[in-house]
Amino acid sequence: MAIPAIAGLAFLVLPLAGLLIRAPWTTLPERLTEPGILAALRLSLLTATLATIVCLILGVPLAWLLARTTFPGRRFVRALVTVPLVLPPVVGGVALLLVFGRRGLVGEWLDTTFGFTLPFTTTGVVVAEAFVAMPFLVISVEGALRGADSRFEEAAATLGASRWTAFRRVTLPLIAPGVAAGAVLCWARALGEFGATITFAGNFPGRTQTMPLAVYLALEQDLDAAIVLSLVLLVVSVVILATMRDKWVGVP
Amino acid sequence: MKKTFLTAVALAAVLVTTGCSSGSDDESAAPTSSGSAAAGAGAATTGKVTVLAAASLTESFDKIGTLFEQLNPSAEVTFSYGGSSGLATQITSGAPADVFASASPATMKTVTDAGDNSGEPVTFVKNQLVIAVPKGNPKGITSLAALAKPEFKVALCADAVPCGAAAKKALAAGGVTVKPVTLEQDVKSALAKVKLGEVDAALVYRTDAKAATADVDGVEFPESAQAINDYPIVALKDATNPSGASAFVAFVQTPQAQQVLADAGFQKP
Repeated sequence: MAIPAIAGLAFLVLPLAGLLIRAPWTTLPERLTEPGILAALRLSLLTATLATIVCLILGVPLAWLLARTTFPGRRFVRALVTVPLVLPPVVGGVALLLVFGRRGLVGEWLDTTFGFTLPFTTTGVVVAEAFVAMPFLVISVEGALRGADSRFEEAAATLGASRWTAFRRVTLPLIAPGVAAGAVLCWARALGEFGATITFAGNFPGRTQTMPLAVYLALEQDLDAAIVLSLVLLVVSVVILATMRDKWVGVP
Repeated sequence: MKKTFLTAVALAAVLVTTGCSSGSDDESAAPTSSGSAAAGAGAATTGKVTVLAAASLTESFDKIGTLFEQLNPSAEVTFSYGGSSGLATQITSGAPADVFASASPATMKTVTDAGDNSGEPVTFVKNQLVIAVPKGNPKGITSLAALAKPEFKVALCADAVPCGAAAKKALAAGGVTVKPVTLEQDVKSALAKVKLGEVDAALVYRTDAKAATADVDGVEFPESAQAINDYPIVALKDATNPSGASAFVAFVQTPQAQQVLADAGFQKP
């Protein structure tokens, strides 16, 4: 058991070590203060957080629907929800363009009615990230709901609580760790999102150029700059994930 | 009885001898014929040739690859297309490839500076920019200056890739300031945004617009003459198939391959 476990760990950690070893440490301070890096980092953190909020608002009720109700075709719906997990993100981006693009099914109506288009906007980035990251939240929350004892909800209902009150006061506290774990996963996935973002929202510094996009474009020109950007993203995400897990997810 | 046996032996001997001699005839014939074929078409190339090429060469190189394989039936050419600068980074990081065809001398320089080339790069074609607009030019964009209008959504390539560098040069030459909505990672992505109707115009190579005539029109503009891109090609030092690499580089410069490139809209070097 120990040998494959260590091999697995090495497999996951070695590429990160590669980044650390190859990093241009001597020029790091001046590279870190380049304005582009900060703008991309701020945009990444902002959009990943907004995408997580969108996923929470839409995903928790969806998970509840899948876990607590029965309706015809529920299994099929559940499979549909996980599609973005297996879909290559670039395909997701193209699909989003075909729906929310300027000539898309919904996008055209948005454009003619409100004069509002999603592609090439920061909102577009949030949409792309939420699309790719939502399944992570839905699956975690659904699992938590299935693990939670529904008799507590029934008891609340017999005591006169409405469905909404029971959900808010009983169910949600019960599944809070599951929701938090799902939110962390969802946030992490949104932070690293590349394919759907560059396809759907394009690439413009300060508006749609998130860290992964900045890394990719830096790679076109300057390998060291790409490594520095990757390192920043790595450090920020490890720090945030570590603190979040300890604080809210309650992993021993 | 004895006589019959002897006859049989003699017959067998004859059979064996003729068998042997006809066999040796075949063996001697084979090297002669392949030798003459090799003499006719230079050294016949065998094995895999891996070519990393700029995204804008996609259609032409696919055709040239097929022609090359027809001439060298035991060779197999595989292409990997992408933004030239990304490809250059792959090469300097040790990607296994035999040939690099770049859309700009600057990206080629990345490779030659790292000493990853074998021999000097050769410019094999030139390309220039056009304004790609959706088919029928619904917004009536006819000049570079029109792109500066705020109501038009424009896609450019990122500065880091050759088409972005060329666009920057052309815009500077025309004294035009464009506020693009996106800086795409390569020329094909910029073109895709026009095809999908997400932008009203993009600066792409003439060859890319020509390859997509079903969906886009290419509007020529005089300032593009200030930003002509040279396309250099070179065999790579760490090629797994050095003879195949130099054969492909030579083939790209033959009239036959140059015709394919000219048909795609490239100019002669």
